Amino acid sequence: MIQPEQAHDVRVMLPAHLRTLASVGREVSIPVVGEVTQRSVLDALESLFPTLAGTIRDRATARRRPFVRFFACEEDLSHEPPDAPLPDAVASGREPFIVLGAIAGG
Amino acid sequence: MSGVRLLVGTRKGAFVLTSDGSRRAWSIEGPHFAGWEIYHLKGSPSDPDRIYASQSSSWFGQVVHRSDDGGRTWQTVGNDFSYAGETGTHQWFDGTPHPWEFARVWHFEPSLDDPDTVYAGVEDAAIFRSTDGGISWTELAGLRGNDTGPRWQPGAGGMAVHTVVLDPSDPGRMFVAISAAGVFRSDDAGESWRPMNKGLRSEFMPEPEAEVGHCVHRIAQHPTRPDTLFMQKHWDVMRSDDAGASWYEVSGDLPSDFGFPIDVHAHEPDTVYVVPITSDSVHYPPDGKLRVYRSRSGGGEWEPLAEGLPRANCYTNVLRDAMDVDHLDPCGVYFGTTGGEVYGSADGGDHWTAIAEHLPAVLSVEVQDVA
Repeated sequence: MIQPEQAHDVRVMLPAHLRTLASVGREVSIPVVGEVTQRSVLDALESLFPTLAGTIRDRATARRRPFVRFFACEEDLSHEPPDAPLPDAVASGREPFIVLGAIAGG
Repeated sequence: MSGVRLLVGTRKGAFVLTSDGSRRAWSIEGPHFAGWEIYHLKGSPSDPDRIYASQSSSWFGQVVHRSDDGGRTWQTVGNDFSYAGETGTHQWFDGTPHPWEFARVWHFEPSLDDPDTVYAGVEDAAIFRSTDGGISWTELAGLRGNDTGPRWQPGAGGMAVHTVVLDPSDPGRMFVAISAAGVFRSDDAGESWRPMNKGLRSEFMPEPEAEVGHCVHRIAQHPTRPDTLFMQKHWDVMRSDDAGASWYEVSGDLPSDFGFPIDVHAHEPDTVYVVPITSDSVHYPPDGKLRVYRSRSGGGEWEPLAEGLPRANCYTNVLRDAMDVDHLDPCGVYFGTTGGEVYGSADGGDHWTAIAEHLPAVLSVEVQDVA
């Protein structure tokens, strides 16, 4: 069991445009203190890469942008509450937290 | 010899086109921000190396970039466009009150004398100012807080401040145009605003001459005659000679008075350019012939300029911020199309050449005079 007060190195995979914007590779490792949730991971991500602020979550509402999805451990977590704990496999760094841009067909 | 730099925003990136003063040969650099929609780029009049770029995406929202070296390199600056104070409501499509929601920056207007000061016209309609080179933004909330604000309503294209005009003769005077609310003027550097729509008539409104609700597409001013404004409206080309207090129609003999861009010759304040398209429901040139129309009499009488432009089978559009002029002599005129062409004329519109082709759809063209 992951303890809430621990610092965790969480792996985050970003879509191509956000990798360009943050000048990073496909995956980044983010130190997250306390419980590992969507909010704490994204707060830590934006703190480390300020250019990503507002690109994943709306600035005014702090809600996930409609065309952005969150996947982990082969599950769509996009509709989970932002303060719900992410799977232990994400908190322990075994699995990445995936930020995905919705596909645009046509 | 001085030169010209065109800042071209497209659906899939930004391009920088440069030429010497002859304006015969052009180099194309880009795409910058490849794959991103670049709504608008504009350089500072007081420091041409300072350029602001609005990058917008349905996926990842608003990003703002700044260049300090004429567009060669860029840094990401602030994108926090939080409305000031009480958010308030405007009218939604169904007539119900709807809270203001920031969507994107449509237009940057750098200050005339300070490269670190820049105005942003945004959707939902509001104007912001930065005095630190785009790092932080503060709303000039008197515009949205105008008495008429709760009655503003979006058109199908969104409700945006898309035009910002800074009066060179009076630092306190500014104009904005909003689709679909109309023109507003401030005489106190953006603190308070008044609607300036008397004389506009819009048949799509239940009260065609209402104080607000007009879908103004763009306004343009010549710096030496700041009280005269030209307007391309959603139908009708209009003119004001009293700083927007009243407007009269100058569509005259245009084949269609529907279009988006309007601009004024750099040296002749009565020479005006528009690009008519067929109608509000058919957004391409009449008969598939791409023509700029020029009036040398401040409107009313217009002549088609077709030399070098497609004479048939052209079904592109020219968007509101996609035309501009340089300040060389003779004056150069430039515009970009939704088909990805950028056309230029080095003789005030008499002859045109395609200076870029096969770009993504062009959203904006801004001209810089460079050393």
